[in-house]
Parts: sequence; structure tokens; C-alpha cells
Amino acid sequence: MGATLPRPALVDLKGRIFLGALAAICLAVPLLNLVVPEGSGLHLPTYLVSLFGKYLAFALLALSLDLVWGYCGILSLGHGAFFGLGGYAMGMYLMRQIGPRGVYGNPVLPDFMVFLNYTELPWYWLGFDRFPFAALMVLAVPGLLAFVFGWLAFRSRVTGVYLSIITQAMTFALMLAFFRNDMGLGGNNGLTDFKDILGFPVQAQGVRVALFLATAAALAIGYLIARFMTVSAYGKVLIAVRDAEPRTRFLGYRPEAYKTLAFVVSAMMAGVAGALYVPQVGIINPSEFAPTNSIEAVIWVAVGGRGTLVGAALGAILVNYAKTLLTGALPDAWLFALGALFVLVTLFLPKGIVGTAIERFGSRRAAARLPPEPEIPGKLAEEGRG
Amino acid sequence: MSEADLLSPEPAVGPATERRLTRALLYLDDVRVTFDGYRALRGLSLTLERGEMRAIIGPNGAGKTTMMDVITGKTRPDTGAAVFDGVHDLTRLDEPAIADLGIGRKFQKPTVFESHTVTDNIVLALKGPRRALASLFGWRNRVEAARVEEILVTVGLIAHRGRPAADLSHGQKQWLEIGMLLAQDPKLLLVDEPVAGMTDAETEATATLLRAIARDHAVMVVEHDMHFVRALACRVTCLHEGAVLAEGSIDAVSGDPRVVEVYLGR
Repeated sequence: MGATLPRPALVDLKGRIFLGALAAICLAVPLLNLVVPEGSGLHLPTYLVSLFGKYLAFALLALSLDLVWGYCGILSLGHGAFFGLGGYAMGMYLMRQIGPRGVYGNPVLPDFMVFLNYTELPWYWLGFDRFPFAALMVLAVPGLLAFVFGWLAFRSRVTGVYLSIITQAMTFALMLAFFRNDMGLGGNNGLTDFKDILGFPVQAQGVRVALFLATAAALAIGYLIARFMTVSAYGKVLIAVRDAEPRTRFLGYRPEAYKTLAFVVSAMMAGVAGALYVPQVGIINPSEFAPTNSIEAVIWVAVGGRGTLVGAALGAILVNYAKTLLTGALPDAWLFALGALFVLVTLFLPKGIVGTAIERFGSRRAAARLPPEPEIPGKLAEEGRG
Repeated sequence: MSEADLLSPEPAVGPATERRLTRALLYLDDVRVTFDGYRALRGLSLTLERGEMRAIIGPNGAGKTTMMDVITGKTRPDTGAAVFDGVHDLTRLDEPAIADLGIGRKFQKPTVFESHTVTDNIVLALKGPRRALASLFGWRNRVEAARVEEILVTVGLIAHRGRPAADLSHGQKQWLEIGMLLAQDPKLLLVDEPVAGMTDAETEATATLLRAIARDHAVMVVEHDMHFVRALACRVTCLHEGAVLAEGSIDAVSGDPRVVEVYLGR
């Protein structure tokens, strides 16, 4: 057996920088929050720990979106749906952990159900009192929705803007459904007033730090999974499908299977992001399904650089940091700033921050190896003479 | 299904799979295709033997590309039979299934995966399992370099193996696509206008390459360039208005007064 073709490294330079930075903040945040005393100027307040945790959850959502948009050309304008479903699965677990500590003191039924005269728990709430089941649902519910939706859409060869519109319709439909009180999921108030997670008080400082670390770990694992997929032959086919889908069929590939797999994995990642987001912000309600949320996620990816994974995560963190600053200073200006940002990035930075950086850095490298002169195939010319 | 059918030793599963209808590799019979009232193929019948090389000529609109679309599953004919290898009814299969049977296609406009390197284009084309999970974990991640290099040497792109396909010249993309066909190792290669936009030297090299490929594959070449068709030295079929007008050696076909008429106009 001869030498095999070299395979790209699972963690390349930008991956090492990304994971290194993630590891650094995972050391710094607990240190500055738990070890540095509160009076010190270096102390990191707990609310900021949760805010950073929220950014990392959004970064995971952006990463999941980049997997399908950047590598497969599926511009999902409904990824918030998977994020929201994962969030609701976690929210249902957290509601069941409240137990008799609710306002109405019902040991089984959450407050909103007592208020709405429910006599017993709806069937789909069963099992959510146990964390392993809830964790499974965080993956299974978004995954199943993505599988059914993806398989039907991709098999029917729905692509481009039509696909984007139906993903948008999907999240909008879920938003309308979850707003209904009959849905048994808290209606427009959603799920909130959480007390415990895995037996620990969800508001406690140490738990906040643990949730932050869990989110960072999920982001790192999500990155490695996405990276493994994209550097494999599977990822090469995915890019081929993105660029010339009909051609892949004539080679014998079934693009619908490739797209569905990416879509399902991506939806599960988004679900995990939602599940980690909910305990850190303390609420999940139907507004998470709003189409604008999904569109915002697309902007994060575009700003960071689509098709780079690291860029998507970076874009999510930067744009959300800007949002925190701006909504604090000029609340009304945020949407205009977001719109302007999208226009500016599209016009002047079409490859996003990381994509542009790679281009600059990469072109210097490429210049080192001189492109060979075009030529008539030597062997062919020989055979022609022979 | 009646009892007699159930008891018969060879259950009838449709005319195509009952038994080998024909020994020909490709068998088209009375194929008709209509697009919005335009009759692209009007009763096209054609057979291709195993290992045969055939050139298809004909003026624009003769139905050459539509015929390839029917063979590769892109277009479903309204009526008519398209049978591959004597048993496979091509009118019931989709593109990936037909590719899997061993029919490869090179498009008129070179269609390579532009953002992939030349090497990766070949790797993606290599014959072998193509399911998603197989690509994620399987053999296509551990392809022997020699296997790819051999193909790249044959099509003269070995010096360009690390370059993105987008950077290749037009002629080089044509060769890369032929290299992808070689990697696919199909039983039948459909090659649509392989020398469009090539220089004379490139055209000659391509004819040599196709003749070499035809030694162990059946090849069907659609081409306008008569010098090139002559260089292929194979049987020629002339299509006109969606049906076969003439068939035979290049001299016989090009000397046929009806062929001269459709090419020169009335």
C-alpha cells in the first residue's frame, strides 16, 4: 500500500488560536470571578460571567449555522427554531425542578398550568423531571425536526431563496404555535422562575461559572465536530454540492443525504446552544423563535466570515458585544446599526473578518510557490507521436 | 398478481429486467422528448456496442444534448426505451443511480468543482462507495496518492495538482473533467464537446487521449469539429431534428447529401 494523500489538520492555525483563546478565558473568568475578591478592581461581576456565557451560546449557534450556510450553501433563516427548541427542552427540565416551590405550591404542575386550570401534566412533559431525558430531547427534538424538514425539502430539490423562505416560515410557525396557551408551554410568558439545575441553585455564583465553562466546552466540541466534518471527504462533497449540486449527482452522489446529515448535526448544535443559553438568561419564551433572531444569526456569520467556523463564532461574540454596548447607550439605534453593519460587511468585507484575514495571509504564502506554466500534457504528446 | 405469476420461476418485474433485451451496452428505441410543445427528440433510436467509440454530430438543436440528458437521467422521455447493459431501464432511474451503474458524463461547459484543488476533484470522482457516512469516515479519506497521480499524469495536470480548479485554463478544465471521468471508471463515457475552445495542439492531444480511453471503455462523443471527429476514427451518427439522419464511417456520413443539406442549409 502506497502513501495516502495528506489530509488537512483537524486543528489548523486559526483553530489553535481559537481553542487557545477559549482555554484562556476559561481560566481567566473563574479566576477573576471566584478568586479575585469583590472589592478588587480586577473582580469580574457574576452578571458578566452569564453575559459572556450567553455570547458563547450565540457563538455555538453561529457555528452551527456556518456549517450549513458556509459549507453547504443552505442559507437557513430559521436556525433560531432549533435554538429555541433546545432552549424549551432545557426550560421544561428547569420548570420540573421547581417542584413545590412555585407560587401555587403544586408539587407537579408548573405555576402557569395551575393558573390555566390544568389538572394533570400534559403527556409531552413526562420525563422532563430527569436531566438525562431532557438532555436527550435537547438533541432529539431539533434533530428530528431538521431531519423531517431537511429530507422533504432537499429531496424535492428546493434550494436557494425558496429554501431560505421556508426555513423562515418554519420558525415563524413555531413562534405562533408557542404563543398559544393551549400549547402547554407557558404561552407568551414562556418558561421562567427557574430554581435548580442538577440540584444546584441556578442563581449561585459557582453554578453561573460552571454554566459558562459548560458553554465554552460545548463550543469547543461543536467546533471540533464541525471541523472534522468539513475537512473529511464528506466536507469536500458538501462544498461540491454548494458550488455545483447537479454535477455531484452525475458523479453518483445524493446531495439530499449529504445536506440532511449536515442540517441535522447543525440543528442539534443549535439545540445545545439554546439549552445552555436558557439557564444563563433565566427565561425562554416564544420570541426566541422570532424570524429576526434567525436573521441576526446570519449577520453574525457574515461579519465573522462564512465558511471559516472560527469566524462565525467570532462574529457572534463581536456583534453581541456591540449590541450590549449600543442597546445600553442608544437603545433605538441598535437595529439601524445592525442593518448598516450588514450592508457595510456585504459591500466591503464580503468574506467577513476571518475570511479576509485568511486571504491576506494565505496569498503571501501562495506567492511563495510559483504557479507552474500551462503546458500541453507531456504524456499525451508522446502518445500522439507514438 | 395471479397465482401463475407467483409460481413462475422467473417473476416478471417489468420488461427491462425480465431478461437481457439486447447485447448492446446502450439501447435507445423511439425516444421522444417534448419541452413545452417543442419536440426535442422525435423517435430517436440508437445502439452502442460494448467498447465502441461513437461520434455524434448534428447541427444545433438536433437533440444531441437532450439525448445525453435522457441517458443520464436528467430528462425523462415521454415515450420510448432507454436500456443500459441490457437490463437497466434508464427511464426509471435518477442521476445518482445511473452514475452508479457506470455512466459518466463530461459537460459541454467544463463543470469542475472550482473551489477544490485539482487533486480533490479527482478524489471526489474516484469510483467507490458514495454514501454520506462512507465519505465522513471511510476510504475516500485515505486515498492512495499514486492512484490520483496516475490519472493526473494521463491528463497532463500533475504539475497543477495543488491549484484550485478555478485557476485552470479552459482547456485544462476540460482535461480535468476527462480525468474525473477516468477516476469514475464508468462503462460508458458521454463526452459533450470536449474540444470546444481548444487550440489545434490541444485538440489533437484530446483526440489521442480519448482514443486511449476508448481501448477499455465505451465512449460517446458529441462534437462539431469535423477535424476532431475524423481524428477519432470511429463510427459517426448524425442527428437532425431529434432523430438519426445518417450513420456510418465519417466519409460515408459527410458524403451523404442529406447531411450536407442540413449542415449547409437549404
